[in-house]
Amino acid sequence: MQPLLVLEQGLNGVQFGVMLFLMAAGLTLVFGIMNLINLAHGSLYMIGAYVCAYVFQASGSFLLGIVSALAAAVLVGIVIEVVVFRALYTREHLDQVLATFGLILFFDEMVRIIWGPTALYASIPEFLSGQVEILPGAPFPSYRLAIIVVGLLVALLLYLLVAKTRLGMLIRAGASNRVIVGALGVNVTLLYTFVFALGAALAAFSGLMAGPIFTVESGMGENVLILAFVVIVIGGIGSIRGAFVASLLVGIVDTMGRAFLRPLLATVMAPAAADNAGPALASMLIYILMATVLFFRPQGLFPPRVR
Amino acid sequence: MRLDRGALTVALGTLALAAVPPLAAVFGEPFYLDLFTRILIFAIAALSLDLILGYGGMVSFGHAAYLGIGAYSVGILSHYGITDGPAHFAVAVAASALAALAIGAVSLRTSGVYFIMITLAFSQMIYFLGVSLNVYGGDDGMNIAAHSEFGRVFDLDNASILYYLVLAILLLFFFVGRRLVASRFGMVIRGVKSNERRMHAIGFPTFRYRLAAFVISGAMCGVAGALLANLTLFVSPSIMHWTRSGEVLMMVILGGMGSLFGPVLGAVAYLVLEQLLSGFTSHWQAILGPILVLVVLFAKRGIFGIFAGREEAGRG
Repeated sequence: MQPLLVLEQGLNGVQFGVMLFLMAAGLTLVFGIMNLINLAHGSLYMIGAYVCAYVFQASGSFLLGIVSALAAAVLVGIVIEVVVFRALYTREHLDQVLATFGLILFFDEMVRIIWGPTALYASIPEFLSGQVEILPGAPFPSYRLAIIVVGLLVALLLYLLVAKTRLGMLIRAGASNRVIVGALGVNVTLLYTFVFALGAALAAFSGLMAGPIFTVESGMGENVLILAFVVIVIGGIGSIRGAFVASLLVGIVDTMGRAFLRPLLATVMAPAAADNAGPALASMLIYILMATVLFFRPQGLFPPRVR
Repeated sequence: MRLDRGALTVALGTLALAAVPPLAAVFGEPFYLDLFTRILIFAIAALSLDLILGYGGMVSFGHAAYLGIGAYSVGILSHYGITDGPAHFAVAVAASALAALAIGAVSLRTSGVYFIMITLAFSQMIYFLGVSLNVYGGDDGMNIAAHSEFGRVFDLDNASILYYLVLAILLLFFFVGRRLVASRFGMVIRGVKSNERRMHAIGFPTFRYRLAAFVISGAMCGVAGALLANLTLFVSPSIMHWTRSGEVLMMVILGGMGSLFGPVLGAVAYLVLEQLLSGFTSHWQAILGPILVLVVLFAKRGIFGIFAGREEAGRG
């Protein structure tokens, strides 16, 4: 196995992990603070991808695509927060799962109505379409590298926002005890809406970056949503730090598994058997990882301290 | 008095359902026979989920996995030329029970949201396993050459006989479920739902009880899967897609959980609604979605709750 190939796949894994983190951060924030499971988080990711791809194609400006995608997702996020989720905060998780499941059906179909049933083509902006030599003789697509850099930057900003600002203090306080925060005179309703909009923006950002890598199609949000759930379950629901560690872990394990499990198995078993077992095992790897983590730590790697 | 009313409802419901094949034949609409077979199969799946959800409080978001395992049991055996019906169903039950045992052993260590997510993730894992099994058609699935064979009397090639088999199994599970819920075992499961710690403290090995219920539910759902494979003579990973788990969950809620009658009503309501909407527009999901949201927000006790009144439905 060539070390350069490992390096390249490792970076792909980090890139995937970073995108997962943007999804998982929103999910875990919303869960940690509002105690709400939002399956429709994947729909916001999808909306981000669609709007960015569409606007970029129509206007030729990637920046305009990003801005309008974020705006659209935040707007949709606020609307569903006000109309649906406010009635759901006090309900049991089962109700939340089902209501947001209904929202998924709705959004997946709306996307088909607006943009048609076929996948939308999302192009990489010109200035990122080349390759960078990260090491001599090891080219890496600059778009993927940009995702890593931007994603880590967003993660850092999120950390600063939550850990260092007054708003972040309120968010953390809301996560520990929302009743007291409300009693101290904070407008909790507004805080919830803000956190939800923030999560929506993060999901849309992840989606618009994913557009050129995966297919922009109806239902694209669900696959990544379930991975994001795996991430927050491994990380410990409600913990942003846990989501960060777990998303990198999941991203790398998944990518490496898909790339190297088959050749690795071929060294110990018949090639034909490895051809069958390799992909099967690779696609199950992160779930096995999750089961293992949960077997030893049922609350995830970084369980929330209060709750 | 109330017991009589319940028995009467079941009897009337059974009669109405038993009348479907002759009616479909009279009106020359075999499509409706097909639809109702599907509905009853999903009613079995919903009933199996309700046993752990409605009575045990275990929100399994991965029941489609057992549906898939049951269906693949039939598919894989047929693939190797084994068409014996009892073997099909025995393998379907054994395989789904084993899967439920493994999944339950890990999942039941957790609770609340973690449990929902883990059951979801495990069913995804089995879904992807199905996708990557190229021998059995991978993503495209595979056709099943013939129905499970139960001798010449029970020839499942005859759609009516398949329908009556499904109905009989549904009734069987309904009554077994009722006995189970009322038994000591069922009492423990219901006790664990309201307060696991207390049940544990008075000496019940709650984990083992919950695991047993989980396995029973999975095995029942596996039977539904084997029946589904017999109905469609086709099996593909899409049968265990996670939205399918959501649909089965929705049927339970729509009908009213914590009553074995509810899931059956829910399956009928959900699939008939789906049928009506899809006849109305190809974008029926855009209408179904908001309806589901409204049901969750405003009709928490489901259809059964409307019929049974406040007292009885609130009990579950």
